[in-house]
Amino acid sequence: MSVATMDTDNGTLTLGPPTGAGGDVSDQRLLGHHDAGGGNLDDHWAQYGVLLIPDRDDPPWRESVREAVSASGLVGRGGAGFPSARKWASVSASRRRPMVVVNAMEGEPASFKDRALLYRSPHLVLDGAEVVAAVVGASEVTICVADDNRSAAASVEQAVTERNIAGVARFRISVVRPPAGYVTGEESALVSWLDRQRALPMLRIDKSVALQVARRPVVVHNAETLAQLALIARHGPQWFRQVGTAEAPGSTLVTISGAVRDGAVFEVALGTPLIDILRGAGVESELSGVLLGGYGGAWLRPSLLATPYAPGPMTAAGATMGVGVIVALPAGSCGLAETARIARYMAGQSAGQCGPCVYGLPAVAGDLEQLAAGQEGPDVVGRILSRASTIEGRGACRHPDGVVRLVRSALAVFADDARAHAAGRPCPGHAGATVMRFPQDTTAQRWAS
Amino acid sequence: MRTSQRVAIRVRVDPVACDAYGYCAELLPERVTLDEWGYPIVDGTPVGADLVDLATRAAAACPRRALLLERV
Repeated sequence: MSVATMDTDNGTLTLGPPTGAGGDVSDQRLLGHHDAGGGNLDDHWAQYGVLLIPDRDDPPWRESVREAVSASGLVGRGGAGFPSARKWASVSASRRRPMVVVNAMEGEPASFKDRALLYRSPHLVLDGAEVVAAVVGASEVTICVADDNRSAAASVEQAVTERNIAGVARFRISVVRPPAGYVTGEESALVSWLDRQRALPMLRIDKSVALQVARRPVVVHNAETLAQLALIARHGPQWFRQVGTAEAPGSTLVTISGAVRDGAVFEVALGTPLIDILRGAGVESELSGVLLGGYGGAWLRPSLLATPYAPGPMTAAGATMGVGVIVALPAGSCGLAETARIARYMAGQSAGQCGPCVYGLPAVAGDLEQLAAGQEGPDVVGRILSRASTIEGRGACRHPDGVVRLVRSALAVFADDARAHAAGRPCPGHAGATVMRFPQDTTAQRWAS
Repeated sequence: MRTSQRVAIRVRVDPVACDAYGYCAELLPERVTLDEWGYPIVDGTPVGADLVDLATRAAAACPRRALLLERV
């Protein structure tokens, strides 16, 4: 299958062919066969088959979907990896009518998978959202697309219109545009914006209590999760498990960038060795490390590139899958300098609510910048690690914890470099071009063009 | 509220509400220390009967009502 490109608001996005673990590479489940722009409802039905959702409450159907999703082993694709079917318990128990929220905010600067999905297969996401709405007894679905992401929003808006014209939408579906930002897509911040127009994370003491909008319980799913769920509702859990591993079934979307020929969104079978995924994207050079998960993710050392791409093995290797971000850092780039840039960006993305995040992240970013430039003494690494421990677990959301994880992994994976830097011998590449992308850069380009 | 000795209490901070007044660390140093920026680092070990009154006072003294008492 050829590689297609689309222009997004934040640059050009390439949609790559799927890579499988030696399996059938034509088995592309999520991104469809449309060239671009979503296709129409007829194409969607022709490709995936019509999905029947009962007109009225149908307890046996509800139970069968619940069982199918549980048996499939689907876990959320928004970063936390929570079992999807378990999200429904807290809202189903409520007496008020729940609301389904589709999280397509995709605030991770290196992730493009949710916008690719909304662009290519918006109806699949809508199918999944309608299934969840029917299962939990909701009457309304709200799709959240960041306000800087016009193409994906236009695609899904068109898909909603098509459903309304065809008279097949069983629920009231609306597309809303919360402000773009790293933490505005955090679940509680998103719900807070929907409820009170304040896109700030909330302290949640008991996470089993459902979030609320207008005092109604809310179930939030990532866009890709819902597309996966739409296919499980059609084909069942056994089909879902035909790819992937027993512990990590199914496929997942990844966004690959950095030192690869085809920076792209790919669909990969879970459990595929990371090196095979990178080869599928045309990895171009020797790597000094791979950033996994996102900017709050972790570095993986090159000697561990054979690690299967699945939550268990990645965690064991000190990394994380997060939202499927994979950035290949070419040899010659300085991982500490890249980490310092990310930490500075993440410090700027704090919601500004919690002291340890507001003061701690800039302090760590500053330490890292000095380490990267070779301007600090030998005790700087100890100070960074000490500050990381101080910050960890003390925010209302996990934003600071992501930075802590990233920074610790950088000091472990690039330990030799850190020693040299601390001794006043920084990598030659520390001030060079970065493979990391930051939204303000692309925003500036957009204004300039 | 009368505190039964069988109900264990621990302290917790609401980091959103907290503005680093630091009274909690003054009043309950057994469970609260301050980081280099003046924000509380809370030890979640349940407080024994000897500390319940101090913990209650520390929570009441917080101008931001950011020190929370939780039953374990």
